[in-house]
Amino acid sequence: MNIVKPNYTRPLDFKQGRVEMSHGSGGRAMAQLIAELFTAGFDNAYLAQGNDGALLPQITGRLVMSCDGHVVSPLFFAGGDIGCLSVHGTINDVAMMGARPLYLAASFILEEGFPLADLKRIVASMANAAKVAGVPIVAGDTKVVEQGKGDGVFITTTGVGVAREGITLSGDLAQPGDTILLSGTIGDHGMAVLSQRENLTFDAPIVSDTAALHGLVAAMLDSEVKLRVLRDPTRGGLATTLNEIAKQSGVGMMLHESAIAVNQPVEAACEFLGLDPLYVANEGKLVAICASEDAGRLLEVMRAHPLAREAAIIGEVLEDAHGFVQMTTKLGGRRIVDWLAGEQLPRIC
Amino acid sequence: MKYVDEFRDGELAKNIAANIAREATAASGYRLMEFCGGHTHALSRYGIADLLPASVRMIHGPGCPVCVLPIGRVDQAIRLAREHGVILCTYADTMRVPCSDNLTLMRAKSGGADVRMIYSTQDALKIARDNPDRQVVFFAIGFETTTPPTAVAVKQAAVEGLKNFSILCNHVLTPAAMHAILSAQGGVALDGFVGPAHVSTVIGSKPYEVFADDYGKPVVIAGFEPLDVMQAILMLIRQINEGRATVENEFTRAVTREGNLKAQALVEEVFELREVFEWRGLGSIPHSALKLRPEFAEFDAELKFSIDYVAVRDHKACECAAILRGEKCPQECKIFGTVCTPDNPVGSCMVSSEGACAAHYSYGRFRDAANE
Repeated sequence: MNIVKPNYTRPLDFKQGRVEMSHGSGGRAMAQLIAELFTAGFDNAYLAQGNDGALLPQITGRLVMSCDGHVVSPLFFAGGDIGCLSVHGTINDVAMMGARPLYLAASFILEEGFPLADLKRIVASMANAAKVAGVPIVAGDTKVVEQGKGDGVFITTTGVGVAREGITLSGDLAQPGDTILLSGTIGDHGMAVLSQRENLTFDAPIVSDTAALHGLVAAMLDSEVKLRVLRDPTRGGLATTLNEIAKQSGVGMMLHESAIAVNQPVEAACEFLGLDPLYVANEGKLVAICASEDAGRLLEVMRAHPLAREAAIIGEVLEDAHGFVQMTTKLGGRRIVDWLAGEQLPRIC
Repeated sequence: MKYVDEFRDGELAKNIAANIAREATAASGYRLMEFCGGHTHALSRYGIADLLPASVRMIHGPGCPVCVLPIGRVDQAIRLAREHGVILCTYADTMRVPCSDNLTLMRAKSGGADVRMIYSTQDALKIARDNPDRQVVFFAIGFETTTPPTAVAVKQAAVEGLKNFSILCNHVLTPAAMHAILSAQGGVALDGFVGPAHVSTVIGSKPYEVFADDYGKPVVIAGFEPLDVMQAILMLIRQINEGRATVENEFTRAVTREGNLKAQALVEEVFELREVFEWRGLGSIPHSALKLRPEFAEFDAELKFSIDYVAVRDHKACECAAILRGEKCPQECKIFGTVCTPDNPVGSCMVSSEGACAAHYSYGRFRDAANE
């Protein structure tokens, strides 16, 4: 007599098990991975529908949509991992449009042989980040590539949000005379990741700043200050983000080095490696540009939020046909803060 | 940050700038060469030009390891990676130096060559240990600062009996390049040198005495921090004003007259002088570079893989050569900032952040716009 219960499936081995090709092949193994890991972890009614797509309630307003691929190495670093990073990254991209993020979708590319225990940690971290942010992961996809054809896990997330009524933020709206604000220290994420690279470990108490910024953005919008541009300075750092905005808006900028805060361990690590923190990635900071008369009030609102306690006014927008982003140095000179040439740090987010 | 902020202080900079402005009164002006790319970078990154009077002109020297490497040397590295299938280990900046056939090490890598960026010679040794069935070549470049770590790696490989490790040696010598600049017919007119920082920690200040004694050029060795550079400029102006030419040391916190004897002994043990070495810009200079001693010949990639150096001419519009000799400034090159940019460098000076062209493009080109 068969003593096994009908419809019994041996649960996935999250201690010793590894990703196998069958986990991406569309069969029972894949269904099991999705059910025991993703659906269980992300736990929401839309995902539980179990269909090819999630059927979502009607939304009124202008939709914002964004997507972001994550290929960070190492996958786990001080202050976060690829899981929470992939949630924060897309939420922030939606939020920078002045929108309230509503839903996320996640696509996983897994490498054959990747430990299921690590995958479970990553999924738990994503689930937690999504829960804390109040933005459910409502759809997903899983593919498996052969060993050597991936790097553990790549995660692409897509986010949908609804823009606040009457608010249009865009990189081409900066005007000469506007003020540039920054929500905190720079370079924390990039240096946290770099300090834990296999071939470059150095002991530094550097923690990634990865965080979802939509709460901060909501508070800034609530203040009814006339915001023109919001952007999160991720890859390429603050320097690259400001150059993008200057180009889009056809303006120049003057920054003040003494106003741009860098945590001391980050500064030390950058000195040590010959990097400029202006070009190092952030995952929990934003740049805001507003009319100069509003800057004081905006700064107050930002500093009242836990994610922007160290917010500061870092410069002004200028008229400049060349579109140069310049900076007065602490030394008393002036320099250009150019686009990043080549790559300063590979695979940071 | 301690030990850094002190050397970048705006108030102190103002004081030194005021002294420079007050004392730099010679009608003929002051033409000073900062030999090192590290100084070129500091001058640009901190905007020191804004703190100097018009009478003080800084001329960028050839002390940027990537800049002085001629095309033929990078070609050799690419041939090793592509034709001999070795794992080629290199410091980062070298990856983007343009060479023959529109290639760079970076492009060779995208085309399938196994080129790896490393941070230290120890990384290269580790790669060799981890890949016993592959040949691993370290592309050894740089002035006296990077030579001792290469010597250590070669000695270590010899002790461990690593048969799959070798180096493509391109280590060059600072004093030889300074001789070449000063003795060039019709070369650049100079009133003094801001002497190397890190190089001098190894070789000491003594090797520069000949430039003061025989050529009558003052030399002030300076650290790479902005206040170091400014103080050295002031010290040079004072020597020139007083008609003196001696070697002075601003960087006393790291440099002695004798230098690092242990490092010098290591280099002496592993390397010997090359008869001649071709530099980009400065041409072939006798006894200006190093090669491995015969007892370490098994670690010499040029011998091991029989790859000869083939000289290749620079791009005809590129002015890197004249810029490296101090005869032209980057803005005088016809392709500066248009055809040749840090994203698409034509010449080596646009590659490294220590290169004169890259430094001016990335930090200082707003000054050109102001002059338009």
